[in-house]
Amino acid sequence: MTNTISIRANGLTKKFGTFVATDHITFEVYAGEIFGFLGANGAGKTTAMRMLCGLLEPTSGEASVAGYDVYREAESIKKNIGYMSQKFSLYEDLTIQENIRFFGGIYGLSYEGIRQKGNQLLADLGLQSKAKALVGDLPLGWKQKLAFSVAVLHDPKIVFLDEPTGGVDPVTRRQFWDLIYQAAARGVTIFVTTHYMDEAEYCDRVSVMVDGRMDALDSPQNLKEQFGVNSIEEVFYRLARGAQRAD
Amino acid sequence: MKTILFLLEKEFKQIFRNKALLPMLFGMPLIQLIVLPLAADYEIKNINIAVVDHDRSAFSSRLTHKIDATGYFRLTGFMDSYREGDRMIALDEADLVLEIPAKFENTLQREGVERLFLAVNAINGTKANVGASYLSRIIGDFSEELNQEKRNKGASAPSSQIIVTSSNWFNPHMNYKFFMVPGILAFLVTMIGGYMSALNIVKEKEIGTIEQINVSPIRKHHFIIGKLVPFWVIGMVVFSIGQLVVSRYIYHIIPVGSLLLLYAYLALYLVAILGFGLLVSTYTDTQQQAMSVAFFFVMIFLLMSGLFTSIDSMPEWAKVIAYLNPVTYFIEVMRGVVLKGSNWVDLQNHFLIMALFAVFFNSWALFNYRKSS
Ligand SMILES: Nc1ncnc2c1ncn2[C@@H]1O[C@H](COP(=O)(O)OP(=O)(O)O)[C@@H](O)[C@H]1O
Ligand SMILES: [Mg+2]
Repeated sequence: MTNTISIRANGLTKKFGTFVATDHITFEVYAGEIFGFLGANGAGKTTAMRMLCGLLEPTSGEASVAGYDVYREAESIKKNIGYMSQKFSLYEDLTIQENIRFFGGIYGLSYEGIRQKGNQLLADLGLQSKAKALVGDLPLGWKQKLAFSVAVLHDPKIVFLDEPTGGVDPVTRRQFWDLIYQAAARGVTIFVTTHYMDEAEYCDRVSVMVDGRMDALDSPQNLKEQFGVNSIEEVFYRLARGAQRAD
Repeated sequence: MKTILFLLEKEFKQIFRNKALLPMLFGMPLIQLIVLPLAADYEIKNINIAVVDHDRSAFSSRLTHKIDATGYFRLTGFMDSYREGDRMIALDEADLVLEIPAKFENTLQREGVERLFLAVNAINGTKANVGASYLSRIIGDFSEELNQEKRNKGASAPSSQIIVTSSNWFNPHMNYKFFMVPGILAFLVTMIGGYMSALNIVKEKEIGTIEQINVSPIRKHHFIIGKLVPFWVIGMVVFSIGQLVVSRYIYHIIPVGSLLLLYAYLALYLVAILGFGLLVSTYTDTQQQAMSVAFFFVMIFLLMSGLFTSIDSMPEWAKVIAYLNPVTYFIEVMRGVVLKGSNWVDLQNHFLIMALFAVFFNSWALFNYRKSS
C-alpha cells in the first residue's frame, strides 16, 4: 500500500427527488488498499459506488477516481476500473469462454491477449473443463468468482465490488476473498461493499454508512479500540442503532 | 471498429441461441404473411353496388350490364337521383354508388372524355375500396371496348376515355391479395425492426447486463450499431423470404418494378424503423414497458398506414397522421414497385422522406441514450 490517492470523494451527495440516498460523504482510498464499505440495506452503498464508476451523476460534491473527475471524465474513469455490480451481470446465455471473449474485447484486449488471459483465468478458477458451459448453468458461487475474474481481466487499477459475496456459502466466500487478496497483491485497489461483518475484518480500512452518511472510517483494529468492543459487528450495531432506514 | 465486431458476434450468438426468439423472428412473420392475406380476403362477389343513372342511354345501360355480368357485384339499386343512392349507403345497402352523369354517352362521343363519380361506403371501407378498384378496371375495359368498336367502324375520332374520380388504386389483376401481400410484408418488417430491437435492448436493462456495458469504455454509438445491425440483417432476410419465396411461389407475385430499388428502400427504411425501436428502448426500463409503448405506436402505424383503408378516404386529421407515419411510405413504395413498376424518379421523394425519418429517429435516440443516469 502506498500513499497515492486512488479515489477521493468530497461531500459527494445523491438525491432522488427529495430523498438523500448518499449524504455528503468524504473519504480517500489509497492505491493498493482493500477498502470496505459497510452498511445495512438501503444505506446508500450502491448509490455511492455507481457515482464513482461514472454510472450515476452526483447531485453535488466532488469525486475523482484514478485521477479523473466523475463529472467531466467519466469515460476515462471507465478505462481504468473494473466493476462487479450487485446484480449478477455476465451473459447467462453465453458460455464462460464467450463471456471472457466479449468483455475482453470491449475493453480493447487483442485476440491474443484474450486467449492468454482467458486461459489463465480458467486455470486459476479450475474451470477449464467448463469453458463451453453456459454461464446460466453454473452454481452461484462459481458465477460470482467468474464475474470477479472477468471484472479484473483487463488489469484495471481499481475494482469496485458491490456485495460480491451476497448469498454464497461461507466456503465460497472464503475462496472469493482469496481472489480479492490475489488481485490486491498485484497492486489493484479494491473497493468492496458488504453487509457481512466478518468480511470487514479482511479489509485494510472500513467505512460504515448509516442512512446515507459515512459515520466511521478507520482500520478494523482502530474502530474496535475506538468503540471499546471486540468485533466490527459490535461497532456496526453501535452505529446503526439510530438508523432510520430499514429494509 | 473491433469493438463492433465483438458486439456483433455476441449479439448473433444470443439471437441464434434463443429458442423462443427465432420462431418469432422468422416463423411468425411468414405464417402471418400466408394467413393474413387469406383472412383479409373479402367476399369479392358480393359487393353491393347502386347505380345512379342520369343518362339512361345505350352506353349507360351497357356499362351497368357489364358490371352486373362480372359476377363480382350485386346490383342492389338502380335509380335516377343521387339522393336515393346516398340513402342506400346510409342504410348500408350499398358498398358503392356509381353515378353516371346526364349526357354521358353524348359527351363521351363528342369530347372523348367523361367523368364518372364513385361514392364509397366508409362503414365497410375495405370491401368498398376493393370493389372500387375492380370497378375502375371494368370501366377501363368498357372504355377500351368502345374504342375498339370505333376503330372497327373505321371512325377517325380520337379514342375516348372514361375517368373515374375517387378511385386511384392500381390492381390490374383484380386480385385483392396482390394488393395486400406487399403491404403486409412491409408491416412485418416493421414489427421486426421496431419491436424486436426495442425489446432486445431493454432486456439488457432488465437483467442488468447493461450496467456492465455502461461501466466499460465502450462508445455508445458502437453499442448501438452492435445492437441494430443484427436486426437490420434479420429484417433483410425475413423480407427476402417473404418477397422471393412466399409472395413469389404462394401468391405468384412478381414485382413489375426493380427489385434492387425495393431493396435500396428497404435498407433505408430499416435504418429508420430500427431508430424508432432504439428510441422506445431509451425511454423504457422493462420489456413490458417497451412492449406496451412499441405496441401503441405500432398499432397506430398499422392502422394509419393505408394498409387496410386507403388514405384518400381518411379525414384530413387522419391524413396528417398517415403522412407522419414511416410505414405509409414503405407500403406505398412496396405497392408502387411491386404492382405498378414505379421507378427511381417516381420514388425520389419517398427516399428523401425516409432519409429524414432515419436521421430524426436515430439522432433523437442517440441523444437520449445515456451511459449514466
Ligand atoms: N434510482 C433510484 N430512485 C429512487 N431511489 C433510489 C434509487 N436508487 C436507490 N434509491 C434509494 O436510495 C437508497 C439507497 O439505496 P442503495 O444505494 O441501493 O443502498 P445499498 O446499496 O446500501 O443497499 C435506498 O433507500 C433506495 O431505495
Ligand atoms: Mg446495494
